[in-house]
Order: sequence, then structure tokens, then C-alpha cells
Amino acid sequence: MNSPKPIDRRRFLSGAVQAASLLALAGCDSLSQSDWFPSLMGNTEKLTKKAQRALSSKRAMAREYTEADRSVVFPANGNSNPENPDYQAMVTKGFADWRLEIGGLVEKPASFSLAELRQMSSRTQTTRHDCVEGWSAIATWTGVKLGDLLEHVQPKPEARFIVFYCADPDEDGQKYYESVDFDEAYHPQTILAYGMNGQALPVAHGAPIRLRVERQLGYKQAKYVMKIEAVESLDAIGDGKGGYWEDQGYEWYAGI
Amino acid sequence: MQEQTPNTESQPERIYRHTLPVRIWHWTNAISLFILIMTGLQIFNAHPALYWGDRSDRDKPLLAMRAMKAETGEITGVTTILGRQFDTTGVFGYSGDKVRGFPSWATIPSGKWLSMGRQWHFFFAWILALNVLFYMTYGFGSRHVKKDLVPTGPDLRNIPTAVKDHLLLRHETGEAAKRYNVLQKLSYLGVIFGLLPLIVLTGLTMSPTMDAAFPFLLDLFGGRQSARTIHFVTCFLFVGFIAIHVSQVILTGFFNNIRSMLTGWFTVPTTGAAHEQSETH
Repeated sequence: MNSPKPIDRRRFLSGAVQAASLLALAGCDSLSQSDWFPSLMGNTEKLTKKAQRALSSKRAMAREYTEADRSVVFPANGNSNPENPDYQAMVTKGFADWRLEIGGLVEKPASFSLAELRQMSSRTQTTRHDCVEGWSAIATWTGVKLGDLLEHVQPKPEARFIVFYCADPDEDGQKYYESVDFDEAYHPQTILAYGMNGQALPVAHGAPIRLRVERQLGYKQAKYVMKIEAVESLDAIGDGKGGYWEDQGYEWYAGI
Repeated sequence: MQEQTPNTESQPERIYRHTLPVRIWHWTNAISLFILIMTGLQIFNAHPALYWGDRSDRDKPLLAMRAMKAETGEITGVTTILGRQFDTTGVFGYSGDKVRGFPSWATIPSGKWLSMGRQWHFFFAWILALNVLFYMTYGFGSRHVKKDLVPTGPDLRNIPTAVKDHLLLRHETGEAAKRYNVLQKLSYLGVIFGLLPLIVLTGLTMSPTMDAAFPFLLDLFGGRQSARTIHFVTCFLFVGFIAIHVSQVILTGFFNNIRSMLTGWFTVPTTGAAHEQSETH
């Protein structure tokens, strides 16, 4: 009944710990590739959304900063100059012929030119943009409240989501799109911004208009918005997950 | 910690050391912290830099991991901490022929996969949070926190001796081994009432919706990017705690300790005996 020397025991234990962690890591990688485990983990999103909505009032406002807090360089993530000839033609004409179409499940479909949007009452807010990657940047956005536009077109009672169709395609030609529900759509800080830091919204940041949903992560802030639709379900759009990044595995609820 | 088996000369004394709720709490933490740390590093790798304040000013990181290409074509990993640069090729910035913050052995999933890392992270964050609720209810309800964790007056006076004993790898035997020693008590209290709330709150401060609901979070931590930095530092305080905790588990009788955390039953090391001898082989 001789005990092994402590040094042998330690070497054995550290070897065992290393082997166990390698196995555990390989196990986690194969779980990530499985169907059932990500789908189980996907329930977290619903729980998080319910909990966050329960904890925050519908009208809870994202913090607004001062102009002095603005980022000197605001990174233009995603597409910064859409490879789309139709879009480039609009840029050349200064978006003079561009019209924002709002349709789908609405009583009165309508379209607005950039000049018409600029004449409507506007909101200016200096807010923080939180990218899903982890960085933050601050800028001042000016635009028309999405809620005001929706009052014009009057969504039908069965409409549950507002979908934004954009002009920027990826390398495969898949165009960006995003969606929000009515809680976010009618939030006072949810605007379609045509101005950034007191200037016209630059192409790199989504000219002529981009969405600002200030209580959500950066990928919700769709740039190059061309068309808006009220829908009952997201299933038939794109891969059915409600947005370009959502179709690639990111959460539709982007509050965290 | 009170029940005792009949103690005879020939048999070492065994006590029921860890109650079932404590054992559940322990192993749920062990698994979720392991996963939260490694999925956290996966998320960090999406933007391997830290800042202070509300914004990420790319020219003023507190810490940044980058890859740099020399004119010869050689790629190195460079870590910048408070303006000082370190060559960390193979570990931080560039490892396994890939540009990445932390190396693949430190992240879940091992490859670059932010959306999957987030799914794991939030799933286990919920498990950790529910586990904390469960433990707090039990810990205060059953007076476990007060009885077993809060140091007594003699405990506190004994700190210098306890530090010395730990440094000399001398461990308690007999009656003293039936309770947590004062350094154990303080480190458990620090983790439970310091690090855990800190990591949860700084995590929530990174959520734009939570910042709208509870703007004081931003003031408490000095901005979203500060909160992210504190979250990262707290993560490594957990890593430090785990390293010391596991080494103490090994040094004071690995199998006896593991068995007591699995079954509750702990064999009390006897006076004068080396700490390894109380184990059965």
C-alpha cells in the first residue's frame, strides 16, 4: 500500500486535468455543430427579451450624450459603399429621385422623398452605438421619428413587425435587411436618420437614411434603407430570422 | 458540518461536510464559470481591445492585441498594455497562423465564431444567475453564510498565522480541518459578494436595453467601455481564484476533497499526519 510520491501524483493530476480540458473543449465544439444544443440555447433569447422588457419600461430612454462626447472617428462597419449600380446612380444624383416606400400591412401605403422627410418634424439625439463586437462610438443623429411615419400609413391590426429593406448587397448579392417589433418602432428615440453630426448622412454611414434603434446593438441600425414594410410574420423574408445577421446566427432580440 | 460517524482508534473520523445545496451550487458554478470564461474570451476576440469611458477611441486602448506584418513578411502578435508593447506571438494577437486575440485553446468555440460564443455565454449566464439566486436563498435561509463563511473574531486575529501556514503549505488537521480557515472564508465571501455581483452588473451594463432601464449602471462603472474592461478584469480575478482554489484542493488531499464535494463526506486529516495520508489508496 505504498502511496505514489506526491510529485508523480501531481504530474498525473495535471496530465489528467489537461486531458479532461481537451476533451471538454472538443465536446463543446461538437455541441456547437449539433442541431439540438444551439436550438436549446436559442431559448435564452426569448427569456432575455421577456426579462429585459419586464425590467425596462417601454419608454425607457437610452442615454443621450453631449456633442463634446462624440467619437472623433466613428467606424463605418459592414458595407461602407454599396456595390450596387442602382444605388451608385442615386448617389450621383444626390438622392433627388430616391423615395422611401412604406407599404405591406398598412391602411395607407405612402412614399416620401428625402426633401419631404426633412420637412417633417425631426428629432436630434447624441447617442452611443454599441457594436455586437464590443466597441462603442458616439454620434449625433437627426431624423424623423419612425412612429410619426407609421401614424401616416396606419399599420393594420395584424401587423407585428416593421421590416427595413436596404440597398447594400454582400459578396453573394444578398441584401441587408432588418426588422423591429412595435415596442421599438414606436419608441421616441427610434428614428430614420438623414443627418449625422450636423451634416447630411454620409454614404459610409448609410445615406440617404439609416435606422437608429437606440436600445439595441449596432446590427439593428440598418443603413441605406430603401423600403419599409409592416408584416405579420418574418418567416417569408430572407432566411426567416428577421435580418441579415439574424439569418447567420445572431439573435433577433439585440438588446444585449 | 455537525454530523459525525462513530470515531474509533482504527478508523479516521469522517464528517458530513458539504450539504446538498452547497454541492449543487459548487458544481453548477464550476461548469458555468469554465464555459463563461472561455466563451467570454471568444466574444472578446471579436474586438480584442479594452477602453475606459463610454467610447472606444481606437488610438487610446488600455489593452489591445494585434497582429503586425514585418517587411520580411513575418507576422507577429503584439499586445499593447497602457502604451507599452509586448511581443506575444503564439499566444496573444497571432497564434496558430491566425490573427486572433486569445488562442484557440482558450476559447469556446475554438474557431472564430462570435454568434455561437454569444449563445453559449448568455445561456450559461442565465444558469449562473439562477444558481446565485438559489444559493443566496439557501445561504441566508439556512444560516450557512453566517455559520460557515463569516469569520469569527479569533479567525480574524489568526490571519497572519494563516497566511504564514498557507505559504509554508501547512494545512489544518483535526478539529480545525472541519471548518473553513479564515483565508478560505474571506476568499469565498469575496467571490460570492464581490466578484459575482461585479461580473453580473458589468455584464448587464454592456446591454443597451439595460442601460436605458437602469442608467445608474453607466455612472456606477464609468461608462459602457469601462464596464467591459471591469468585466474582463473580474474574469481574470475568477481565473486567479480558480487557480488557487484548485491548487489548494490538490495540496490538501485531492481525492478526499473531491469526494466530500460529491458525496458530502469528508475524512478529517489527523494531527501530525502529512496531508496526503488521510486518503485511501
